[in-house]
Amino acid sequence: MEKPLTKNIRPDSADYNLEDYSRDSGYSNLRKVLKNMSPAEVTNLVKASNLLGRGGAGFPTGVKWSLIPMDGDSSKQKYLICNADEMEPGTFKDRYLLEGNPHQLIEGMIISAYAIQASKAYIFLRWAYKKAEAGLRKAIDEAYKAGYLGKNILGSGFNLDLYVHSSAGRYICGEETALLNSLEGKRAVPRTKPPYPAISGLFGKPTVVNNVETLSWISHIVENGADWFKGLSLTGTGGTKLYGASGRVKKPGIWELPLGTTMRELLEDHAGGMIAGHRFRGALPGGVSTDFLIEEHLDVKMDFSTVAAAGSRLGTGTMIILDDKTCPVAFIHNVERFFALESCGWCTPCREGLPWVEKMLASIEEGSGKMEYIDLLNFNAEYMGPGNTFCAHAPGAAEPLQSGLKYFHDDFIKHITDKKCPWR
Amino acid sequence: MSLEVSMVKITIDGKLYEAKPEKNLLETCLSFGIDIPHFCFHPALGSVGACRLCAVKKFRDKDDTKGRIVMSCMEPVTKGLIVSVNDPEAKAFRASVIESLMTNHPHDCPVCDEGGECHLQDMTVMTGHNYRRYDFPKRTYNNQELGPFINHEMNRCIQCYRCVRFYRDYAGGTDLNVFASRNQVYFGRHEDGPLENEFSGNLIEVCPTGVFTDKTLKKHFTRKWDLSNAPSVCVHCSVGCNTIISERYGSLRRIMSRYNGAVNGYFICDRGRFGYEFINDEKRIKTALIRSEKDGIAEPVDNERLFAILDQSLSKNNNIIGIGSPRASLESNFALISLVGRENFYHGISKKEFLLTKTISEFFQNKGVRTPSLKQIEKADAILVLGEDLTNTAPMIALALRQAVRNVPDEEAKKKGIPVWNDAPLRLLAQDARSPVFIATPFIDSLDVIAENAFRAAPQDIANLGYSIAQKLDDRAPDSDSKKKDLQDLAGKIALSLRNAKNPLIISGISCGDEAILHAVLNITMALLSNGSTVMLSMVLPECNSMGLSLLPGKSFEDAVLIAENKEIDTLVVLENDLFRRADEDSVNELFKKSRQIIVLDQLSNRTTQNADILLPVATFSESEGTIVNNEGRAQRYYKAIDNKNQIKESWQWIGEFIKVRDTNHKVLWNRFDDIADSLANDLPLFSKLRKYMPGEDFRMLNAKIPRQTIRYSGRTAMNANFAVSETKVSQDNDSPLAFSMEGQPENPPSSLVPFYWMPGWNSVQAMYNYLDEPGGSMKGGDPGVRLFESSIEGNHIYFKHKAQITVVQKDEWLIVPVYQIFGSDELSSVSPSILQRIHEPFVLMNQKDADIITVKDGDYVQVEILKIKLKVKVKIGKSIVQGLAGLSVYLPGMPFIDIPGRGKFHKL
Repeated sequence: MEKPLTKNIRPDSADYNLEDYSRDSGYSNLRKVLKNMSPAEVTNLVKASNLLGRGGAGFPTGVKWSLIPMDGDSSKQKYLICNADEMEPGTFKDRYLLEGNPHQLIEGMIISAYAIQASKAYIFLRWAYKKAEAGLRKAIDEAYKAGYLGKNILGSGFNLDLYVHSSAGRYICGEETALLNSLEGKRAVPRTKPPYPAISGLFGKPTVVNNVETLSWISHIVENGADWFKGLSLTGTGGTKLYGASGRVKKPGIWELPLGTTMRELLEDHAGGMIAGHRFRGALPGGVSTDFLIEEHLDVKMDFSTVAAAGSRLGTGTMIILDDKTCPVAFIHNVERFFALESCGWCTPCREGLPWVEKMLASIEEGSGKMEYIDLLNFNAEYMGPGNTFCAHAPGAAEPLQSGLKYFHDDFIKHITDKKCPWR
Repeated sequence: MSLEVSMVKITIDGKLYEAKPEKNLLETCLSFGIDIPHFCFHPALGSVGACRLCAVKKFRDKDDTKGRIVMSCMEPVTKGLIVSVNDPEAKAFRASVIESLMTNHPHDCPVCDEGGECHLQDMTVMTGHNYRRYDFPKRTYNNQELGPFINHEMNRCIQCYRCVRFYRDYAGGTDLNVFASRNQVYFGRHEDGPLENEFSGNLIEVCPTGVFTDKTLKKHFTRKWDLSNAPSVCVHCSVGCNTIISERYGSLRRIMSRYNGAVNGYFICDRGRFGYEFINDEKRIKTALIRSEKDGIAEPVDNERLFAILDQSLSKNNNIIGIGSPRASLESNFALISLVGRENFYHGISKKEFLLTKTISEFFQNKGVRTPSLKQIEKADAILVLGEDLTNTAPMIALALRQAVRNVPDEEAKKKGIPVWNDAPLRLLAQDARSPVFIATPFIDSLDVIAENAFRAAPQDIANLGYSIAQKLDDRAPDSDSKKKDLQDLAGKIALSLRNAKNPLIISGISCGDEAILHAVLNITMALLSNGSTVMLSMVLPECNSMGLSLLPGKSFEDAVLIAENKEIDTLVVLENDLFRRADEDSVNELFKKSRQIIVLDQLSNRTTQNADILLPVATFSESEGTIVNNEGRAQRYYKAIDNKNQIKESWQWIGEFIKVRDTNHKVLWNRFDDIADSLANDLPLFSKLRKYMPGEDFRMLNAKIPRQTIRYSGRTAMNANFAVSETKVSQDNDSPLAFSMEGQPENPPSSLVPFYWMPGWNSVQAMYNYLDEPGGSMKGGDPGVRLFESSIEGNHIYFKHKAQITVVQKDEWLIVPVYQIFGSDELSSVSPSILQRIHEPFVLMNQKDADIITVKDGDYVQVEILKIKLKVKVKIGKSIVQGLAGLSVYLPGMPFIDIPGRGKFHKL
């Protein structure tokens, strides 16, 4: 089984520098691109590979790139941004790639920037990723010194400057347009779309924002081609995926597996099953902004379309597992408190709905909940639904809430009728 | 492409409409009279999609029965659009938005100043939300002390973001911002302190609830439905913004902006909004006073005795001289002309101001230049400002320029398919790109931030720059004698920019008091006109009716003084004018000395009224009707909100009485305002249009007058119940079509006669939608005001010659130029307590090196010596002021008249 993204990552993400990366034929794909391929050819190759964005939304990367105006305006400033603001609770896949193999990302970014002819690129990094930040800065220095970054890269005439920007630490900065505002020094509030960043992004210029995992794929796709990439997955979507599991499992962790691996396989084969005395009750398959899946979904293939068909989202592919020793109300309350705290405050349903939800959940968990809260929670989940809000923050928050209300209905009722939490 | 072709058909709730595709769905529906609740959209600010209240259902096509929720403010009008406003799901969602906003709103309507004209109340009722399901504590905030104008009550905030979008994005303010996030979002300053922006008062109207309310109103609060209102025109600068003035129990309670699509749109400045309090001030003259011959003390006099005395002083055998005023109405000035005769009428402004203003008004009458309305200023795409600190002398022009700079970038955005209402992406795409604005002023200017070039120079070099620009536009225009390369280069750049523009705009004025700047400005204008340009020229004048006065016959104040040197004046009549603000003390005293009897008509006590032998109390703008002409040449009429009591009369009424006394044949007889309006139109043909376009007293709607009070007016019978239970008789208004009551026809009066905004369901100022042809458009039936100048005239263009200016400044001397202040330089508003708190003490602006020469620091006091005047003033160090030049604040309370620009000295104190 191929593990292109993680094969070179050392145990405990030990230093993997330019020398090591070069020894593993690093930057050879960049040479190949700069020497033999036009920007359009790179974009077409990525398009052909059907690489879907690994940040959670699964938008085709090549299509995103092809929205960048490359006509007469192509000489104007464009930007490539790597979204490394990995703040989704339970998600640590990008961190693994950033710490373990920074040059893989940097090479991918240089090729991607070349494809859209961007002369400036930023890595927007989660504030807490201190180790990754140090590693990235070191790797970028190395890349500059080796001539992979800066002016006239490898004699090709292509210029690229790459900067690391450490975020001030808000979840909403992971939303790509809020990220752009934040990078410009403005309030991290999502932007009106359209226009999309490809037309008016950073500082109003055409911009592509891609996830760490997505960009880490680029050099491999250049090296091995689109068909190879497609062949890596079990479901034809293309590629492997960094899956993760956290919760009361024997071996929580992160694994690179073919896209379309089932939840059961992840749970039983890779995470080692539940810790003794704990039973699986459900999981958020890709971070906290996805709907619960329960036991009946364990055989769902974890790719974008199949998980969606089961009523949830693949998201980041790093699942959080709920066991029978953990109160689902408290679990959901914790999640909604997070979302309420991280609302940017721009649109009404999110700003006002989430704190109301959070207060009702706290009240139910404390044993002072009222029966009408069930309706009100469902009302708010619908009220904060897609299309009703300015961005996806509140609809994301509504996903575990409304699916939790459905799957753990009896637990909610018991809290209210018993006037206490059965797990306490 | 004709207008018809560009319209598209859309379906709203099954009904077909023709709509404009450049609009969004919300403003389209509002213009059709379809109410869609909304908060964050404002026609002047565009859409941002934050509040989510304007949700409607959009259907893919005829077969789509499910549809999806979209925000109508963010939905472009496209061909075949199918939407439903009344869709049950959309309606329920809108009610949910209100419900969730109400989870934190304090429901303190009974004690909230906004209550009764609250946008949030309107929306709550409109969406149908009425029962609170939220049963947790509400979040609370600390409020801030924001200065004398605005009260802050953050708990009421519904986070629509209109305040910061107006204050920062629209008005260029920096000291109000949004802090924190989630449901703790806070709108305020980084610390307590007065809001610095000159337009902060608009927050009162922009805020949909009671976060920002009028602090001056709070001091004499009354419920909005108990106000009696009238359409008025601001009297505090030459722009002539339209206002609504409101009365209760005989005192003026507040001023709001009155929409005029051509002039001020939705907004007014803080001087205009808060300057009204002088009307209720103790300094008001309320009774006629005569000076006792025994001890010289002024004492009240009843009308019988007064007229006996007037009979003597106005006797046919006496020669009379009349001094008019740029702050009095056309009618009052005209009345004085009628009394004294054209040859004995003087304008009551300095010779310099008289000549400069006359040059401007004659240019406007004869040269066929466009004098732009504020709306047209907003459309300019290349702008040159010469010598005028607009933020302080004509604040609303400054605000219009801040919008004009968006035109060029907005054109770019249009190419990328971003509609003009989509505010955030427009600003994002524009970044720092702006339409070219060039500013040449002596001192640092608030508008520098939007300027491509801010040129700092002494007035003579500002004039030189102007001459050089004109010369570069047309070889026949004389060049300046400046050899300075940077000046010539800049002139070339500006000339090119103006020539290439579709709507070039030149703005200047006379506040520098410099004839050369004026001539240079007119040369540039003529040079552009001769190039076939459709250039616009906006000239700022000192006072609300400066333009109107200059269109009347008469001479300057100095001419009156000259006359007095040679002959004794029997009777001097001074109309609404403190002459000590017009000329140096000696000249004024000389004139007074030569006048046997001085009759002064004014509103507030001042040094001139203290010299009166007969002092007559006259109505302010809020108690009178009159016409004033703004700097664009737009004649506008204001109406009274307060009925005159006791001896107070409108000036023209007093003078009408004088005429009866003097001319016993009663040739002139003005019983009503319309009578004097007729006389004015007959005697001076320029004003004959006014009679035609301004409704007379006999105007009726469905046989009824237009009520000054809303249908909601309550308690007329209770108002004086503590004195008498019988209802007092309602005053009759013989001068205007407005009634001092709630009876009449309130709906859609002519645009110039709108006393308030109200329509069923809309008690807040948003009711304005019903009075406009479309949001942000014109008033139904056309915007108020009658333009007196025609731009279609073919004028001959003879250039003013360049005069080499020799301002020889001796050693230890500075060239001292006037500096105007929005708060303080205007006479009447400076009496208002709230404005008083914002007035700086007299100061001098100078360069650091000059300060070093006289060894003073910022904040030190110096004595400035100009001519014979010595004054103690505070030193302010200003950046980029040229050496040898100093700015002296002028017309601040307590300061004497100082004839500058001129040479002066500083002495360290």
